[in-house]
Amino acid sequence: MKKTLHYIALIPFLIWMILLIIVPLFLVAYYGFTEDGNFSLTHFQQFFRPDYLKVLWRSLYLALVSTVVCLFIGYPVSMILSGKTFRKKTLLVVLLIAPMWMNFLLRTYAWLTLLEGNGIINALLQVIGLPKQIFLGKAGTVVFGMVYNFLPYMIFPIYTSISKIPRNLIEAAHDLGGNGVTCFFRIILPLSVPGILSGVTMVFVPGVTTFVISQYLGSGKITLIGDIIEQQFLHAGNWGFGAAISIIVMLVVVLCMWIVNRFSDDPGVMMP
Amino acid sequence: MKKTALVMALILCLGMFAGCSAKNEKKVLRVYNWGEFIDESVLADFEKQYPEYRVQYEVYTDNEIMYTKIKNSTTNYDVLFPSDYMIQRMIQEDMLAPLNFDNIPNYSKIGDSFKNMDFDPENKYSVPYMWGVLGILYDTTKVQEEHFTWNTMFDSKYKDSILMKKDMRDALGVSLKSLGYSLNSTDEAELSAAKDKLVAQMPNVLGYTNDEAMDKMIAGEAPMALQYAGDAFYCMSENEDLAFAVPEDGTNLFFDSMVIPKNSKNKEMAEKFINFMCEKEIAKRNAEEIGYFTPITEVMDALDEETRAFYPKQEILDKAEVYKYLGEEVTGKYEKIWSEFQASL
Repeated sequence: MKKTLHYIALIPFLIWMILLIIVPLFLVAYYGFTEDGNFSLTHFQQFFRPDYLKVLWRSLYLALVSTVVCLFIGYPVSMILSGKTFRKKTLLVVLLIAPMWMNFLLRTYAWLTLLEGNGIINALLQVIGLPKQIFLGKAGTVVFGMVYNFLPYMIFPIYTSISKIPRNLIEAAHDLGGNGVTCFFRIILPLSVPGILSGVTMVFVPGVTTFVISQYLGSGKITLIGDIIEQQFLHAGNWGFGAAISIIVMLVVVLCMWIVNRFSDDPGVMMP
Repeated sequence: MKKTALVMALILCLGMFAGCSAKNEKKVLRVYNWGEFIDESVLADFEKQYPEYRVQYEVYTDNEIMYTKIKNSTTNYDVLFPSDYMIQRMIQEDMLAPLNFDNIPNYSKIGDSFKNMDFDPENKYSVPYMWGVLGILYDTTKVQEEHFTWNTMFDSKYKDSILMKKDMRDALGVSLKSLGYSLNSTDEAELSAAKDKLVAQMPNVLGYTNDEAMDKMIAGEAPMALQYAGDAFYCMSENEDLAFAVPEDGTNLFFDSMVIPKNSKNKEMAEKFINFMCEKEIAKRNAEEIGYFTPITEVMDALDEETRAFYPKQEILDKAEVYKYLGEEVTGKYEKIWSEFQASL
């Protein structure tokens, strides 16, 4: 009886998943592997050229850099958040979440205005006597945009997993003579690995596939793999090639996540 | 683009509300136009004149996006505004409905030189809306040149200075022209040379953009932009440091015409809309708002001296080329070269 109820409760999600995940995946596979209705691998062959591979490499690289930056900024924040000594916790959480109340596109667009040649940031630089900088159209600015947008997705999973570490483990470590550093590296860090892994996944995957951030902050000069896919679907009308690139990107991302998850003993951690 | 993005967001919201409200029984006329290419108040006037209709207005940023959407989407648009070469392609692919000119009496007002043009030789499918030329919009405080050629945009002294158009035909066209080739080149070696030249131009380029270039030029963000005549005049009206030059080595002359796609469900109403857009008052308001050139003789005569001074001289038109639709195979080549170019950035 209880089991039947479980299944019934699952139905809305199953419908959702089939319609919005499984069916589209089949469509992508269909377009990717066919040409004029016949099975064909031409779309995949088309991709293996130095310039497209370079774009894929650039996407992976920029996403990796953003992930590392997010981790280095996010981990200490998560530690502070989960520590009981920090009293302004609620305020900090609100500050972290507040930007997410605003639409992602608008947030990124706001940066476009701030970073322009005659924008506020350049005005500030000039006030303190520094020369004007060109920010837009640089890979660094795209990375900045990714870090800005994805940082909360790094902080919250790590925060959750650090909070779940029983206090008495840390106290025990101290009782046994471990100082703060030992305690961090031997207790807190290993136990927060699941959080780190989901954080890394949640930053890296959207980073590899983004095309809005690169178009806005890259001024159309930094092409990522998402831009190429968008181009094939919306502009060139070459859905087969677009679908093939999507499949390649999915495979590469799954592969990356598989490698990352090898570091974890916990088999249940966030496979995409 | 800032405006375009806002308008698009607004239209989406309005569209959603309209979809929900049950009492809104009005029939919908779907108009799909370029961004920043109309005085939007004329749409309200149209609705006033034909109260049983509601205009659903959407915008695109280039011909190819419009084409891909019409080709693949099930939405039935009623009026589109493609350019010359795209009209030619859509006629060839049987995507357009022949117009019933009985419903478009204002067609007689169109200047004779704008009728029966190469892309629609018997003038069965299209009514010209605006025309223009491609040129260089520049900031006179930062750029001093006696003569502009397309190579000006490739000159290494203009580092970090140029806004290019994220438009396949325009970007490749400029590069082809600067090499002395035709805008309609079908030669693989010429196209590949044009691509290499664009890659080499990158240190000069601030960005590959579309309509957002207008805001940037007005704000004084960039010294130079590849721009259409009409958009350029709009920018010049907002910032008096700006000027527009048509390169001496010949440019692109374009015509954006109104057409009705074959799957339109309100063909007669769409024809009335086209007719409405050719009314003298309406066409004048549009021409004044967007700065493009009107093909309607009486509207042109009614414009003030200053606006008419922008109309290109005959010697510019003599040297200009209109884009042609180059057939599926060559277009595929263009798309491939364009994708490869973007990938190389």
